[in-house]
Amino acid sequence: MQFKFTQENLERINNEIKKYPVKQPAVMAALYVGQEQNGYISQEVIKEVAEVLEMHSHDVMGVVSFYTMYHQKPMGKNHIQVCTNVSCMLRGGYEIWNQVKDKLGIDNWEITTDQKFSLEEVECMGSCGTAPMFAVNEDFYENLTKEKVEEIIESLKNAN
Amino acid sequence: MEKIVLPEIKDLHILDVYIKNGGFEAAKKAFSQSTDDIIDQVKKSGLRGRGGAAFSAGLKWSFMPKATDKPKYLCINGDESEPGSFKDRQVFEFNPHQLIEGTLITCYAIGAKTAYIYIRGEYHKWIKLMQKALDDEYAAGFIGEKMKEKFGTEFYCDIYIHKGAGAYICGEESSLMNSLEGKRGYPRVKPPFPAQNGLWGCPTTINNVETIANVPPIISKGWEWFSKIGEPKHPGTLLFGISGHVNKPGVYELPTGTLLTDLIYNYAGGVPGNKKILCVIPGGSSMPPLRGDQIEGVKMDAESLKAAGSAIGTGGVMVMDEDTDLVKVLARIAHFYHHESCGQCTPCREGTGWLEKILKRILAGKGSSNDLDLLITVANQIEGNTICALGEAAAWPVKFMVDRFRDYFEQRVGKEINLPVANKVHSMRHTATPLAEIKN
Repeated sequence: MQFKFTQENLERINNEIKKYPVKQPAVMAALYVGQEQNGYISQEVIKEVAEVLEMHSHDVMGVVSFYTMYHQKPMGKNHIQVCTNVSCMLRGGYEIWNQVKDKLGIDNWEITTDQKFSLEEVECMGSCGTAPMFAVNEDFYENLTKEKVEEIIESLKNAN
Repeated sequence: MEKIVLPEIKDLHILDVYIKNGGFEAAKKAFSQSTDDIIDQVKKSGLRGRGGAAFSAGLKWSFMPKATDKPKYLCINGDESEPGSFKDRQVFEFNPHQLIEGTLITCYAIGAKTAYIYIRGEYHKWIKLMQKALDDEYAAGFIGEKMKEKFGTEFYCDIYIHKGAGAYICGEESSLMNSLEGKRGYPRVKPPFPAQNGLWGCPTTINNVETIANVPPIISKGWEWFSKIGEPKHPGTLLFGISGHVNKPGVYELPTGTLLTDLIYNYAGGVPGNKKILCVIPGGSSMPPLRGDQIEGVKMDAESLKAAGSAIGTGGVMVMDEDTDLVKVLARIAHFYHHESCGQCTPCREGTGWLEKILKRILAGKGSSNDLDLLITVANQIEGNTICALGEAAAWPVKFMVDRFRDYFEQRVGKEINLPVANKVHSMRHTATPLAEIKN
């Protein structure tokens, strides 16, 4: 399936390019835009990014595979990222991880059948002082308790 | 107590409030002086980098070549991925304009026309806050070409945010530059150092967010004032992020040389349930852990912590009470470094995996006491044999934790098992040196 950036997104990428003396550094931003427009980074997105930034597509692929925030398969509408690194772990990070896992019935990097949720065990997100935490897409939820997790996931389930 | 980076002023993140509280006075003062003077003042202030290595900021700036026709760059490292550190996000959120003012002064001092603030991708909210601060300042003429008018100088510079995408290694300065150039975040071989050959082969300086945020007060209040705060060899305040088993975790700005026990018991409210402390990691997960009975009298600054057998790192203090499963903690730390190893150097790529495997074996109750020696051997083989410091970061916690908690770990493993001879020799070899000696 062919992928082309929308005019608006092309504009966003062009604004990114302006920050740098060459085009390539904008690849990280362009990939975010591609991921946003397409839902995930497919081979077609990589091709399009390469074309826009005059790069080799294998160099773009190299960037995609190096960083954890680029997803090469579709993720759920709510991508839940639970931190289990030391500071969170000491304050119950694994209990939260298990609770979310059980509640959604999926494991790491899996997605629910209704495509509403996907789950990822992430490394330190910089919320050590407000641990335990998880992030839903871009939003951090900190100082979690069992009740709070229950509440957040329920409200996400009920939201359209 | 005086706060330098995060003063308790309401709404300081709003540009008008920042200006009313003496904002940009430091920049005005700086632009009327020569660049050498600025570098000299920062050198004399004793300001040391807050990103982990605690290197003199002024000295770093002085490495930037003067006679060059290439453009120069400044990178502000806000990757902040070290487990246990969460201080830079406070700067982005509560005092972004001081960071920007520090960036302007630093750009002026080193002769850079462009600065990039590299912020980790997970910090969506803080990137937005920082972008808002930049937009406001661009509109008000504090950044960009309008600076000429605003400050009445020939000098001007641009500041941009570069968003990361989830890689711990990008906090390493040369890896950060590769990432900024739109490549895989592989660390580069040094030398050449960034001041000679940095971004796009041009002279580049890389400083931590907190380091740069310290610059404006040094210029406006003078280096003498700054050098008298805290410990003379590592002056100023630090943003201590304390987490784990304490009643009030969070970021506390305190003078260097504050007692670790003070930090834990007075500021962070002590350990829940008044439990004893088993272990403290004083500077983020890659620094050598201290036993609970080692923390008495330890001061929080680079020199004192070095003497105590650890390092200040990013000032991320992790406290573990007596009921903590240290094997589990260490296995989790090992997993982290295995996950984050970029894969360039064999000792780190393979070694971090072995460390994790062995620790998981011990955690599963299948370890033997040979495994403890093997852990130290593997850690020693990683340390010093890699391009960047991730090797040390992975090796230190394992090496020092096993060494300092030997009895604890011995209780968790079975008796020594009789290994085949080849394996035994391997597990007894602590460095490559003894082999060389045998040959001779």
